[in-house]
Amino acid sequence: MYGFEAMTFNIHGGYLEAIVRGYRSGLLTAADYNNLCQCETLEDIKMHLSATEYGPYLQNEPSPLHTTTIVEKCTLKLVDEYKHMLCQATEPLSTFLEYITYGHMIDNVVLIVTGTLHERDVQELLEKCHPLGMFESIASLAVAQNMRELYRLVLVDTPLAPYFSECITSEDLDDMNIEIMRNTLYKAYLEDFYQFCKKLGGATAEIMCDLLAFEADRRAVNITINSIGTELTRDDRRKLYSNFGLLYPYGHEELAVCEDFDQVRAVLEKYPPYQSIFSKLSYGESQMLDKAFYEEEVKRHCLAFEQQFHYAVFFAYIRLREQEIRNLMWVSECVAQNQKSRVHDSVVFIF
Amino acid sequence: MSGQGQRLNVVPTVTMLGVMKARLVGATRGHALLKKKSDALTVQFRQILKKIVSTKESMGDIMRASSFALTEAKYAAGDNIKHVVLESVRSASVRVRSRQENVAGVKLPKFEHFTDSAGDSKSSTDLTGLARGGQQVQACRAAHIKAIEVLVELASLQTSFLTLDEAIKTTNRRVNALENVVKPRIENTISYIKGELDELEREDFFRLKKIQGYKKREVERQMQAARLFAEEKRVEEVSLQKGISFLAAHNLLVAGAEKDEDIIF
Repeated sequence: MYGFEAMTFNIHGGYLEAIVRGYRSGLLTAADYNNLCQCETLEDIKMHLSATEYGPYLQNEPSPLHTTTIVEKCTLKLVDEYKHMLCQATEPLSTFLEYITYGHMIDNVVLIVTGTLHERDVQELLEKCHPLGMFESIASLAVAQNMRELYRLVLVDTPLAPYFSECITSEDLDDMNIEIMRNTLYKAYLEDFYQFCKKLGGATAEIMCDLLAFEADRRAVNITINSIGTELTRDDRRKLYSNFGLLYPYGHEELAVCEDFDQVRAVLEKYPPYQSIFSKLSYGESQMLDKAFYEEEVKRHCLAFEQQFHYAVFFAYIRLREQEIRNLMWVSECVAQNQKSRVHDSVVFIF
Repeated sequence: MSGQGQRLNVVPTVTMLGVMKARLVGATRGHALLKKKSDALTVQFRQILKKIVSTKESMGDIMRASSFALTEAKYAAGDNIKHVVLESVRSASVRVRSRQENVAGVKLPKFEHFTDSAGDSKSSTDLTGLARGGQQVQACRAAHIKAIEVLVELASLQTSFLTLDEAIKTTNRRVNALENVVKPRIENTISYIKGELDELEREDFFRLKKIQGYKKREVERQMQAARLFAEEKRVEEVSLQKGISFLAAHNLLVAGAEKDEDIIF
């Protein structure tokens, strides 16, 4: 099949690929970021953004602007674009696009379940959900009292159902379980997405599997670092790693027994792609790791645009847009809090 | 001064003078004690003021650091981390306990924060952001706990400051009242009583003088009478020697005179 997709891809996917490449050129450039970093107030940021694609979304905002408003509006733009693409998409691209949002869906489900456990108002919780992860029956999640009910009443109709069947063993919903449940679900989701991409074949499979493998590895490293010093046992930790990726399976075994950051570093330095990330960090410095990973991720996503006739551009575009929103959030927070010296610490230039 | 020229409405007696003097001693001692209390409170007040200034200065930095830690957590763990953390809270883990501290008789409220181990303090939040940004969430948590500590300390200081301010004002009012109203009034009363008593004494003295003079005159008169009597006696004796009683002659004269009067009627 490889190579022949150039002949047939444009029948269904050509239009959308053109659109997504058009959207891509709307991403903020390094010059834009430099301008944004010079801003003194949030009003200035709004002014700069009005010259970009975010203009229409921000122009009607009343004057006392807040960081959350900016982030909200930028997210709204992403959601609008996503919805537009989803409407135009045919199989299997529509399924692919839906897969992208499952991660947010998992977050929303977990958020609502947590809130329900603590007897919060469902309507309030719904407002806090990520708009990309909404589905129709999400409001009825609140009725569930335990995992079995949750699955039987609500989730069986959602695309998340297969992932839940894996972690349904834990009967009671408490705080510890919920965070583990979230990660188990995410693991199942990543594996499923990986299989789906493999099934699509061709350039899509090649690029997406690479991107997802990086995502899985990053999760594994983060879970390891964040669970150091907590009650999470080694076996539990091992169970949360996804069953693919560069680190699978030997790296996972080593990561599972790590007790501090330098051990994690020692494990990852055996893998050439990650060696370059760690070579930028000095010893014992785990704070900058997030940024290093984000930078690597952005680099890989940008590379996805180098090939044509595949679906990975959609995934890469959504992720890049999310990173851009994170950047904007960071810049506006720095400006709002008068911490301009730190602006450059976490902004990841996309192009 | 308002206290001047005023005095208590009392009967000027020696007993009252004693009572007043006792009251003056009491007022003086009370004044001295209150003055000491006011000084002690002022010392405390200055200390608290100094602490408030330094705490406020540090608060600025700490609050900035903590809100920036929140930004870092949001960046690393996604914007929704706020809601994830908020929804998983069951009860507050950091609580404030208040107690009273006694400074020179003034009860100052003090606040202390403590970590409620019953609340889900550690285990639940430890795994938050397991897949991304868990460390930043923990750092943010630590920064905010520090901010809460500073806020509680500042609240405690501010409340003490206000209470102490009130107490100092009251004490100073009392000190001034004692010094400028009560004490002059008692002193005036004492001087009034003393004046009255002196007056009485002078009157007494004058009366005694008068009586003495009267007595003296009386004695002189009696002496005179005695002398006259003695002279008469001598005349009598002489006349008796001559044969006729001077007294009888005198009596005859007198009797004659009386008789004459009777005749007229």
